[in-house]
Amino acid sequence: MGGQFPRGAASIAGLATFGIGEMPGWSSLELAAQAGLRAVADAGMTMAEVDALFICLPDDQLAGLSFAEYLGLAPRFTDCNRTGGSAFMSHVATASIMLAAGYIDCALIAYGANQRSAGGRLATPVRSNRWEAPYHPLFPASSYALAASRHMHDYGTTRAQLAEVAMAARRWADTNPEAFARGPLTIDGVLAARMLSSPLSVKDCCLVTDGAAALLLTRTDRARGGPKAPVAILGAAAATWHNAISQMPDLTTTAAAESGPRAYAMAGLGPAEIDVVQLYDAFTINTILFLEDLGFCPKGEGGRFVEGGAIAPGGRLAVNTNGGGLSCCHPGMYGLFALVEAARQVRGEATNQIGGVEVALAHGNGGTLSSQATVILGSAATL
Amino acid sequence: MSGAGPEAHWRAALAEGRLLLQRARASGTVIFPPRLAEPGSGDIALDWIEASGLGTVHAVTVIARKPPEPPYNVVLVDLDEHVRLMSRVEGIAPDAVTIGMRVRARIGEEDGAPLLLFEPV
Repeated sequence: MGGQFPRGAASIAGLATFGIGEMPGWSSLELAAQAGLRAVADAGMTMAEVDALFICLPDDQLAGLSFAEYLGLAPRFTDCNRTGGSAFMSHVATASIMLAAGYIDCALIAYGANQRSAGGRLATPVRSNRWEAPYHPLFPASSYALAASRHMHDYGTTRAQLAEVAMAARRWADTNPEAFARGPLTIDGVLAARMLSSPLSVKDCCLVTDGAAALLLTRTDRARGGPKAPVAILGAAAATWHNAISQMPDLTTTAAAESGPRAYAMAGLGPAEIDVVQLYDAFTINTILFLEDLGFCPKGEGGRFVEGGAIAPGGRLAVNTNGGGLSCCHPGMYGLFALVEAARQVRGEATNQIGGVEVALAHGNGGTLSSQATVILGSAATL
Repeated sequence: MSGAGPEAHWRAALAEGRLLLQRARASGTVIFPPRLAEPGSGDIALDWIEASGLGTVHAVTVIARKPPEPPYNVVLVDLDEHVRLMSRVEGIAPDAVTIGMRVRARIGEEDGAPLLLFEPV
């Protein structure tokens, strides 16, 4: 029986981003609340109608409680789930099922972080475990570097192919005014950048920015009465295979190889029917691994797949059309920003809008390639 | 089982210069880090075994530091008993460590605690 999903029963009725880049003088809670207020207004609703909160903030283990207090809400259900940057895709799964069951009526998923203004480095309560910490890996960069080293060894993936991912993200960001990192970035520029944890240079790593995002989910029949076209949740699946990188069963295959097919089955769609793809690109190797694991190319072919600007504007597959975590924003966790960009593409209101988008995929990554979650969004025509 | 949990048992053995692993009695699967039950099956019939100490580098990264601090490597090693763990290969330039390199365990020390390290065979 496991694996059922109420395809299309719930929809995104409102969405917002706020404060992407630098927001000195704002707390993480304030940023998240502002995005939440805007998402509710975008849905043509009031905050008083929100009866479920899904809040995961970088600096507050009980962020959902703080958020309820801050806005004076008394939600029926509050979720502070932490599975890393994929938490928001899991929130969509939980909220969709609760909405379909009638357990809740209106779910707000919000995130915000001021980590650039507050310190300029990744703010996370997560650390290497006791079996890894004594060897001083950079957390989390070295974990991704180890996976990249093995992918290069097994499949001949090159640093220039990793650099293609960074360059493609930058080219999308260049035409997105909301993106934090714009301007020329070449493959040679990535290759010449300061090495952080080989084979990953600083240009293979995501940004450290401030920023906030929010989604307002309700049942699709209700969302149809809102000011914006509903973006239906066609499938949402999560998979966890490990936590520490040393326990990852295969460094070149992530649990996206499970969450992806399960989400496709729920949606009744496959990779060939996805019009635009938003992948959690904390590091350049992520994009390559997820393109493979989500079925856009065979295992091991990700590096060759992205060559020649194939995922950049005008390429064969539109990936991370906002600039991604590498060039748009990465306020500690990026998952919700991938979801917002996917929903904007389905609505037809993205800054770098792709023509004729009916189906978009947003994929989240948490931990050290550990916790994977895939959400498939569709237009009214897909219902 | 003694009074301590499996992790403390493993650390006490390491302090005595022994590298222990667990083996599930029924399946023969070798387990690391030490646990109360075999992952997946939940089988609690586990025996402690001595590792050969030999392994192969499965993945490697070199972490640069601000000079004059030298760079260092972090590796994942596959022990011959078919378990994987994180460590560091010493006795060779950090960037000379390659995937597939055969290595042998050595118990070193850092911050007053025993630490499992490796050297090229």
